[in-house]
Amino acid sequence: MSSRIGVVTFPGSLDDKDAARAVTLAGAEAVPLWHADATLHGVDAVVLPGGFSYGDYLRCGAIARFAPVMEPLINAAREGMPVLGICNGFQILCESHLLPGALTRNDHLHFICRDQRLEITNTTSAWTKNFDMNQEIVVPLKNGEGGYVADERTLDQLEAEGRVIARYLELNPNGSRRDIAGICNEAGNVVGLMPHPEHAVEALTGPTVDGLGFFTSVLKSLVENGKVLA
Amino acid sequence: MARVVVNVALKPEILDPQGRAVQGAFGRLGLTGVTDVRQGKQFVLTVDGEVTPAKLEEIKHIAETLLSNPVIEDFTVEVQA
Repeated sequence: MSSRIGVVTFPGSLDDKDAARAVTLAGAEAVPLWHADATLHGVDAVVLPGGFSYGDYLRCGAIARFAPVMEPLINAAREGMPVLGICNGFQILCESHLLPGALTRNDHLHFICRDQRLEITNTTSAWTKNFDMNQEIVVPLKNGEGGYVADERTLDQLEAEGRVIARYLELNPNGSRRDIAGICNEAGNVVGLMPHPEHAVEALTGPTVDGLGFFTSVLKSLVENGKVLA
Repeated sequence: MARVVVNVALKPEILDPQGRAVQGAFGRLGLTGVTDVRQGKQFVLTVDGEVTPAKLEEIKHIAETLLSNPVIEDFTVEVQA
């Protein structure tokens, strides 16, 4: 039986199809979830995709955080279900307080879209365990409000606990504190990432296929945790 | 009918690049001597009937959970007669 990984579509989500495609290419079954769903339909893990949910009105992710599907998702995430939030999904996870800190407007005010070099700095989370420590990857980055901020104490804690999962290399594209591109929660099942691994899963359309590692990682994690048979 | 005004602003220690960009335009328009600009949001809530203390508490809860993100923003709530 293959793993079933849900991909939530909010009004204004953009990258739900690419995320579902990445899930499929990694070898799992992609299950479309709708923002108004009251249940998660028994999926083993969830991806919150990128885009502009609710037009980014109020604050990025602030309205999506109160969508009906988020209630079972937040409960399941607290109980250990793997959740990956990419870009807008990362913003939603911060607004939901599943991850600490917040994403703010890029310090240079411009929307940025480029192939970004990253260093993987955590190989134990549910979404990064198929990478090597300090492995360099290249995946697309595209955001207007991708500056990761948190107070100094939280930043120190994230670093001390190995919860920074990826850092920007070469240049910091958005003013994120301490070059942070992604973080995880204390248990390692919830990961937020500003760049887009789902756009780097096929040679035809991506700069690399480095992004696949996030999706194969969660499959490995589900097998290890006995959620799915190998 | 009463009005409740909720003002939301980034905390002082959070960089406000929009405010800085606005400040940059001041000089081009000839205004000098402004050392800082912070940009915020204002929500004007029209409330049916009187704003009771209980209603005000509910509004403060909404201001704290939805209208502002306490990680990066402060808010004030003001009742207008």
